[in-house]
Amino acid sequence: MTQELATSAPVSTANALELEDLEVEYKVRGAWKKVLRGVSLSIAPGESYGLVGESGCGKSTAAFAALNYLPRNGRVSSGSIHVAGKDLLAMSDADVRTLRSTQVSMVYQNPTSALNPTIHIGDQVAEVFTLQGVGGSEAQDRAKAMLQKVQISDPTGVMGRYPHQLSGGMNQRVVIAMALAKDPTLLMLDEPTTGLDATVEAEVLDLVAALRQEFGTSVLFISHNLDVILRMCDKVGVLYAGRVVEQGTVDEVFHNPRHPYTVGLLRCIPRAGARKDQGRLDTIPGFLPGLGETLPGCVFADRCALVQDVCRTDEPPLYDVGAGHISRCHFHEQAQDLPRNTSPVAVTEERPAESSDRVPVISTRNVRKTFHQDGHEVRAVEDITFTLAPGETLGLVGESGSGKTTLARLLLGLTTPDEGSVVELDGVPVAGAIGKRDREQVRSLQIVFQNPDAALNRRFSIKRIIGRALTMLMGTRGEQLDTRLRDLTHSVRFDVRLIRAKPTQLSGGLKQRVAIARAFAGDPKIVVCDEPTSALDVSVQAAILNLLAELQVKNDTAYLFISHDLGVVRYLSDRIAVLYLGRLMELGAAETVFGPPQHPYTEALLSAVPHVDGDERPRIKLTGEIPSHADPPSGCVFHTRCPRYIGDICKTEEPDLKEVEPGHFWRCHYDVDELRTLQQSAPETRPEIGVSGGQRGAEPPV
Amino acid sequence: MTASTSDLPGADPILAGAVRPDTTSTEERAAQRERLRLLLRSKVFVVGALIVLVWVVCAIFGDAIAPNDPFATDPLKDLTSPNGTYPFGTDRVGRDVLSRVIVGARDILIVAPIATILATVFGTALGLVTGYFRGAVDNMLSRFIDAFLALPTVIIGLLAIVSLGPSRWTVILVIALVFAPIIARTVRAAVLQEREMEYVSAAQLRNERTTYILFAEILPNVMGPVMVEFTVRLGYAIFTVATLSFLGFGIQPPAPDWGLQVFEHYGLISGGYWWPVLFPALAIATLVIGVNMMADGIAKAFER
Repeated sequence: MTQELATSAPVSTANALELEDLEVEYKVRGAWKKVLRGVSLSIAPGESYGLVGESGCGKSTAAFAALNYLPRNGRVSSGSIHVAGKDLLAMSDADVRTLRSTQVSMVYQNPTSALNPTIHIGDQVAEVFTLQGVGGSEAQDRAKAMLQKVQISDPTGVMGRYPHQLSGGMNQRVVIAMALAKDPTLLMLDEPTTGLDATVEAEVLDLVAALRQEFGTSVLFISHNLDVILRMCDKVGVLYAGRVVEQGTVDEVFHNPRHPYTVGLLRCIPRAGARKDQGRLDTIPGFLPGLGETLPGCVFADRCALVQDVCRTDEPPLYDVGAGHISRCHFHEQAQDLPRNTSPVAVTEERPAESSDRVPVISTRNVRKTFHQDGHEVRAVEDITFTLAPGETLGLVGESGSGKTTLARLLLGLTTPDEGSVVELDGVPVAGAIGKRDREQVRSLQIVFQNPDAALNRRFSIKRIIGRALTMLMGTRGEQLDTRLRDLTHSVRFDVRLIRAKPTQLSGGLKQRVAIARAFAGDPKIVVCDEPTSALDVSVQAAILNLLAELQVKNDTAYLFISHDLGVVRYLSDRIAVLYLGRLMELGAAETVFGPPQHPYTEALLSAVPHVDGDERPRIKLTGEIPSHADPPSGCVFHTRCPRYIGDICKTEEPDLKEVEPGHFWRCHYDVDELRTLQQSAPETRPEIGVSGGQRGAEPPV
Repeated sequence: MTASTSDLPGADPILAGAVRPDTTSTEERAAQRERLRLLLRSKVFVVGALIVLVWVVCAIFGDAIAPNDPFATDPLKDLTSPNGTYPFGTDRVGRDVLSRVIVGARDILIVAPIATILATVFGTALGLVTGYFRGAVDNMLSRFIDAFLALPTVIIGLLAIVSLGPSRWTVILVIALVFAPIIARTVRAAVLQEREMEYVSAAQLRNERTTYILFAEILPNVMGPVMVEFTVRLGYAIFTVATLSFLGFGIQPPAPDWGLQVFEHYGLISGGYWWPVLFPALAIATLVIGVNMMADGIAKAFER
């Protein structure tokens, strides 16, 4: 492609990216702090390399450093960067810019902020071609072709739209189209699907995989999600505290990990089928070393259960454990025997007799909510009826916009449900609005929010946050308050010495513990958990899930557990409710819902989730976007995307929620036995669905 | 740690991703020091603060600093041009302009801050209520504020003087009344964001009274914009005090108020008597600029 550098190897054989002993520092309050500690990695042409690690490990810094595109307080202090064989650090600024604009593309996590909100999609994509010197109408034509390549079914229509008129998934496709438009040597993806629903994520990942085949692009894929890396990459590097601690083919690293950190990470994830009554999740003790801390030995020493004296003094060399699999651990042979940090003993000693025999702590009948928006009626939640027994967990799953959070707010009284909705606590109907409920009712129903940063007042000390809840809900005051406070923080494993800190001084995991303590302050009967771990790293997530499971057994608390992570939901839930467009599509015991026969929507949801265990089932593609609440499809609301579409009956008649097996309900025209037989094999693709789904996809989502 | 959790089977120690406890106690102080350091490192803020400090000293110790009695008239020395004895010259009744400028800082530095504090208190309360309730309350109050803002300050001042009589308190009241809605708007915008935060829902789930949610939960989180708004409005208030005095609606003679001095002498400029106008005018300008520079510095420090 370029001949100006005689020294560079021919482009076709040069590695797309080669980092050698790269050290990056950030200047913080006048002092240089090391963020990357000698990162070496290489990506061969056409190869896909995954970089994985918890937040703060330096994943994104590595990506920015690879383009020598660091923030103003950052610098590369040593090492070398070669992109397509060219030494980036030896190039002039102008040459680096040219290289960035022609050979490297980057896709970020949030597509909406990557696109200019005031420019038509078509013009934004065409701009990439214009920069290459392609003229007006041809640039437009090529833009359209590119949008077609990323499987946008109505490219002409989409080109005339603005980013805010498209859904997140569609926008990410547009960003990918722009990234690939210049046919880059290296494509960097920084958490490209983290903000997307599982079903959309699956589609976007499929798309990236297919395009990689077609374009032969090398990929640097950054993600905290091990499953995604496993599915997308050939090689993987595990980053910890700015150092690659293990590297190899994904197969090797994930199935034969040779570094305790990798082993720990893999153990934190609730495995497919893992359940709270089978055992606790393992966690990684301790915390990430501080920014720029001097670490003479192994970076992971402080958190490692296999640690020996040598680990603290001598930095482990790179051990080649076979077939290009590298581990930076003195004791790589024993890595897999890493002792567990938590006892594997099951949380529940015995399940309460039959949970359905007990009086439900909460039951709802025909709960619905209609929002009025510019004269439109938007039915966010439609006729939800369910019960929850003491000590039971009901998992609530569904794509974003399915009404999960609205339903939670309705139960809590933060949003007032429509007339005719009934919410009963312990068999007594309660008022719709929180202000009209008595203290007893208020304290028996509490919530743990998704984002502890927003849920804890950042001006208050932890003591005040929890103490106020105790005073208001239980009337605890004075000396008694101090005692209760200590008990409560102890029960959520929050170090009481930190009680005077403000939330901003705590890590995400600790903040979530405070939020949990607050929810439990009033000795609640039901706690709504609204994605309580989705803002946390996997090792912290495991600890929080263990805590929730433990508190549940101790206090006989019922949970309404909302999550988009099906592994997490399955781990904690006894029963599962699947929501789509505000309607209950399926409800039943966790094992029942997670296995066939299941509602076609549940089937599709489950098949979208990648698994580290490699238990790959045939993928069911849900084409098209979630329809709008303001104008839901006729008949069965799912018929526009249903992989098991029967025929006209689905379009004209809305199926009732019927009990197909004892305790197992669904809203589908199919008979349970029919589906059982059908679901032994993947559904055939319905081209006609793809078309209608695509058109809908072009409509602005609400 | 192991001992304290031993009653729980398989208890975790303080877990993954925690802060290191040893750093927390110092961290908050460090953040405050950082903010102060930023302020003091900002040249704009420091220069502004120095200018304001000079005038504050004049306001407090004016009588001691002033070389002459600012009220003593001397018909024989009227309109003396600046010279060694009277560096700023004398005014039309022979009073020392320098002394009057020095002592004149007092009125404006009492009236403007009090008015701004009142405006900030009312405006913040109004902003909290309208931002939190939105809906009908917000609509009604917002329309009222719009209508009120459409009236020029001078008209309101005139109305107030006519009905209440001219005095310092009238000026304070007028400025507080005019500025409160403007501050309310800024605060309202901040509250609109805060009310969506889940800590507000959490407070509702404790059955907190609305006043508690507004003033204990939300208010501390909007103090940044309130502080910035206060300093910005203080600059405007100084200017407004001077304007009202200049128009004769404000502080009354024989007070050595700067605006009043300009008012009393501007007719004489065409006759070549520039000094009784220029020096008080410069005083107003430097004070306003000083306060605004401080406001800029504070705004930047709070933005972080």
